[in-house]
Amino acid sequence: MIELSDVHKSFSGVEVLKGITASVGRGEVVCIIGPSGSGKSTILRCINGLESYDSGAITVDGARVDRASPGIISIRTQIAMVFQRFNLFPHRTALENVIEGPIYVKGVKRAEAVPRAQELLARVGLKDKANAYPAELSGGQMQRVAIARALAMQPKAILFDEPTSSLDPELVGEVLAVMRRLAEDGMTMVVVTHEIRFAQEVADRVLCLDHGTILEEGPAKQVLTTPQHARTQEFLRRVLQPI
Amino acid sequence: MTKFLADISEFLPILLQGLWLTIVVTVGSLLLSTALGMVWALMRVCRVRWLQRLSALIVNGIRGIPIIVQLFYIYFVMPELGVTLTALQAAIIGLGIAYSAYQAENFRAGIEAIDRGQIEASESLGMGWALMIRRVVLPQAIKIILPPYGNIMIMMLKDSSQASTITVAELTLKGQLIASSTFKYTSVLSMVAVLYLVMSVPLILFVRWLERRMGEARR
Repeated sequence: MIELSDVHKSFSGVEVLKGITASVGRGEVVCIIGPSGSGKSTILRCINGLESYDSGAITVDGARVDRASPGIISIRTQIAMVFQRFNLFPHRTALENVIEGPIYVKGVKRAEAVPRAQELLARVGLKDKANAYPAELSGGQMQRVAIARALAMQPKAILFDEPTSSLDPELVGEVLAVMRRLAEDGMTMVVVTHEIRFAQEVADRVLCLDHGTILEEGPAKQVLTTPQHARTQEFLRRVLQPI
Repeated sequence: MTKFLADISEFLPILLQGLWLTIVVTVGSLLLSTALGMVWALMRVCRVRWLQRLSALIVNGIRGIPIIVQLFYIYFVMPELGVTLTALQAAIIGLGIAYSAYQAENFRAGIEAIDRGQIEASESLGMGWALMIRRVVLPQAIKIILPPYGNIMIMMLKDSSQASTITVAELTLKGQLIASSTFKYTSVLSMVAVLYLVMSVPLILFVRWLERRMGEARR
């Protein structure tokens, strides 16, 4: 459903994506791993048009992603995004964050959106935090609200941009648990992550990126346990045994 | 002292008429400058390049010309172009336009202070620009905008005295007229000063209260 073919992208003369070709099928969970600055996040941001790309093509269900075209709004309502720093709206409660998109973007009636949002908050384990403001929540709780906000758009896929990287270690588990359940429910997910164990358990496929190219790609187990490329081996060794 | 009290009872009613006009000019130009300032600011932060440039041109043009010259221009030059305004209208429009530049810069600073992540979250939900400004950016920017906005209000109250230069009989002009015809400069101008102070102090306290409140809200 998401296709990238030969995508190139430069930031002020520095090429960060050097011809990325990849695809994500419906119901598939794809994890993108790789060292910092390898272009992982940029791929996600290009898929829902937060960044433009210079050449190549990205399509979602056949529709071309073009940040500058009005069609981008329809693509964004189909592809939700969860950010590293949550990006909840601080002036709205958890519930209001979740109903914002359905009501104001999709035109769902409030009477319909609210019970659905409550359901979603219950699903991420935050039933009792519906009326809390983001400032009153922990990082893990904020990220779970952000996931509920993404789900409220009833997206075809969710992009996760390092969803646990700015969390305290003891809060990582609760967010990963929610994501694991989503994967089990058949949600299409693209996850940029450093959580190798999560990738091993949940991902169908893993892409390993380095310097803007796909170093290695394949079934999660294969890439993560018996990597072919020396640089993938080196990266995994550093992530799994940092000391 | 008794003479001074006698002067007060004699001149205060006349000065209060002027004070009323001061309030009318201040409130009128405050509303106009707020509306225009918001238009300039939104043009400046929108994604259309020529609107951004036009806004910068307007704001810098307005900022670069003294308020008094703008007032003269609107009151004395516009009639030659076929637009005749009463002095009060000219004062409100002139001060409103002059101050719209400062309002715009304040609004823009507030809007641009919003975290980039908020914009991206709105975009990723499929919000268009106008919806994002209305639902996400302005409700957050207002906390940043309000304290300086209070200061602009105080400045406008005092600068409304410039309307006297185009014959609006507001507080300053009334005082000047009484003083020059009675030679009681000390008592009349003291009263004028005190009346401005009486109006400013509540505003100053209001701004201080806002700053404290918004400071807490941001934590």
